Amino acid sequence: MSEERSRDTPEQAEFRSHCRAWLTANPLPEAPVRLPQSAIEIMHTAQLDYLREWQRLAHAAGLIGCDYPVAEGGGGRKDCQIVANQEMQRAGRPFLPNILGLGMAAPTIHLHGTQTVRETLLPRLFSCADIWCQGFSEPGAGSDLANVQTFAERRGERWVINGHKVWTSLAHFADWMILLARSDRANKYEGMTYFVVPIKAELGRAVTVRPLIKITGETGFNEVFFDGLEIPDDYRVGAVGQGWQVAQTTLLHERGAGPMVTPSSGRGGDPDRQVADAYGLIDLARTSPRAGKTAADDPVLRDRIMQLIIRQEGSRQGARRARVPALCDHPQRIPLQAKLVMSEIRQDACALAMEIQGAASSFAFSDANAPDGGEWALGYMNSYGVTIAAGTNEIQRNILGERVLGLAKSK
Amino acid sequence: MTQPKDFGFDDDAAMLRDTARKFLADHLPTDKLHRLVAANSDPYRTPACDWDQNLWRQIVALGWTTVAVPEADGGMGMKLAALAGLAEEVGRAALPSPFIATALATLVLRECGSEPARKLLGEIATGRAATLATTPRSGAWEIDACAVRLEGGKLQGSAWFVQDARKADVLIVKAASADGIALCAVPVNSAGVDIVPDAIIDLTRDQAHVQFDNVAVAPDQVLAAPGKGAAALAAAEPALLTIIAADMCGAAEWLLQTTAEYARLREQFGHQIGYFQAVKHPLVNLMIALDQAKSLVYNAACAVDSEPERAPAYARMAKAAAADVAAYASNRAIQFHGGIGFTWECAVHLYTKRQKHNQMFYGDGSYQRAKLAELLMGAVGSGATVGYSSP
Repeated sequence: MSEERSRDTPEQAEFRSHCRAWLTANPLPEAPVRLPQSAIEIMHTAQLDYLREWQRLAHAAGLIGCDYPVAEGGGGRKDCQIVANQEMQRAGRPFLPNILGLGMAAPTIHLHGTQTVRETLLPRLFSCADIWCQGFSEPGAGSDLANVQTFAERRGERWVINGHKVWTSLAHFADWMILLARSDRANKYEGMTYFVVPIKAELGRAVTVRPLIKITGETGFNEVFFDGLEIPDDYRVGAVGQGWQVAQTTLLHERGAGPMVTPSSGRGGDPDRQVADAYGLIDLARTSPRAGKTAADDPVLRDRIMQLIIRQEGSRQGARRARVPALCDHPQRIPLQAKLVMSEIRQDACALAMEIQGAASSFAFSDANAPDGGEWALGYMNSYGVTIAAGTNEIQRNILGERVLGLAKSK
Repeated sequence: MTQPKDFGFDDDAAMLRDTARKFLADHLPTDKLHRLVAANSDPYRTPACDWDQNLWRQIVALGWTTVAVPEADGGMGMKLAALAGLAEEVGRAALPSPFIATALATLVLRECGSEPARKLLGEIATGRAATLATTPRSGAWEIDACAVRLEGGKLQGSAWFVQDARKADVLIVKAASADGIALCAVPVNSAGVDIVPDAIIDLTRDQAHVQFDNVAVAPDQVLAAPGKGAAALAAAEPALLTIIAADMCGAAEWLLQTTAEYARLREQFGHQIGYFQAVKHPLVNLMIALDQAKSLVYNAACAVDSEPERAPAYARMAKAAAADVAAYASNRAIQFHGGIGFTWECAVHLYTKRQKHNQMFYGDGSYQRAKLAELLMGAVGSGATVGYSSP
């Protein structure tokens, strides 16, 4: 990674040194409990408290929100978040828990929020004083997100919220929610308004959070019911009726294609077993018996492992190429593929890992006999969260076909 | 060594590529290409060699054939990424010319390091076209597969799958001898050289097999002495794979854009056919696979210059991805053009045939992946047997 350092701007180089020095001087104590594979599977306060302290420390050291203005709790730097991310990942730090705040709420508030909202809410978001969740999907508004029915009724300088959100990761811990609500039933796309909503204070009264259990048995996402929650107009983000446009900023960042780089620091799961990497399939194959030899001796499996490594390397090099404008005919072509490609590679790699493990893939991660700590099988189950969330990959293909290839819009 | 972030694709490379794109669009638009290479649709036609020699002279004058040749040898001394950019444009135009064959020859010549090789590079800069004669009848791409012998200063045997042989002026012949593999420069009109054109599917190139019957090789024709040819070919191999892959990426981009345009124009059931996800989603899948292949091409090109220890693996990845995308792009392009896509008059077949040729040339996707697995995992059987010995 001296390659990265050699191409740093002077500001990036100075900042990289700072990150390295701080990370070296401030090792993180071992997690007191097993960490889930990502933030959206956090089940217990013991997990959350540990991760929350890590984010607080990293923010205090200037590694979170680096490219945001100082008045918003950021570092006031330019193109430095990517440096902090590289250094946190290199240091093997766990993921940041406030992922929906960092990845979606922060860029949206930064780009569309009022000064008061930006300067009061963002510092607490970056330091993890407040946990954020995202209130977009509803039972009748999944892929067809613009069909949201949760209603925001204006009463003078206040709004009253009624409705039902679903798949709301982290809502069980969240202080705040970004909310896409209907404010006009007569207009579909022009009838939505975007808000930031404090939900914790009204829990058990105007707000009800009910956990949903995933196919892994883990919790982490929820249903959220609003029953007459009142909020001031100050919490509106963007103009009345402009919610869909504001939501595009959120969605663009959710898919990894937005202008603000999301702070991110690493992975969860078993720290000794980094399973999401397709190169990891090689070692797995070498230690997995198959037909009297090893899976690494099976030509068909060798070919399939190579296919995944090639896709993964192609996607990594694509992220690199996306930053070389001379090699990109369309600026959004690679960024809009990011979520789709990453999620499918991960799903396919985990599925192949289970085939390589053979009978041993039947062990759950809670069983001591599970190879690689059972992380591949768990990763396979969890992978559907990503191929479905943030707009299903089928919707991503529509978006790519329409925005990049100019094909007719599929309704 | 580590790679620069921009793949070594600098402003000069971008300018060269942009100029090439405009030059080829102006001088060889698709309808002109079709008139040039597809005038005769007779399946039993005599093997053709249709190309625009005037265009070739201009290409030589523009310096394209020596982009990756060191300046000391009369070349432009640019990075391999610059040549990859050119090869992409040549693929996008499906240009019939000895450009790719000559570019591949220069990549081998620059690894030879001998005086005759440097002299030939200088001649290529002034317009001589060269091609590799390195493959036996079996189509084995391995360096030690060779059906030409060099004994007593004479060549005997045959080379097959020689690309653009009838456009070339000089053959780079791989020959086995008692002392190992040698590389020799043999002018196409040398006594004892018989170039036999093959009837091939691809209309945008010619191919031949070449018989060598007691062909005399003077010392100044020996590009790599016996025992040194294999190393030169091995050193050049990642670059060869990369440039062929770049050609396929360019052609795949043409197929993608042409098919997307058709899907925007053609209407059925009251909709443009691109409205239907059975058409839209495969085109997006094609775009994604193409973008991965293209990214791998520039990564491999950059590795050849900046990270040579990783270039063999990265080049296998690039060729594997590009070969698969070439096949997929061709397949979907014909299918989505419907009946018209199955006709001779629709230009899609020109690209499909070029893609199928390049897909197999120097090894298809599964071949490359088998080679890549050897690099990353070791040979089959090299791993320990596990799990079965314990009671």
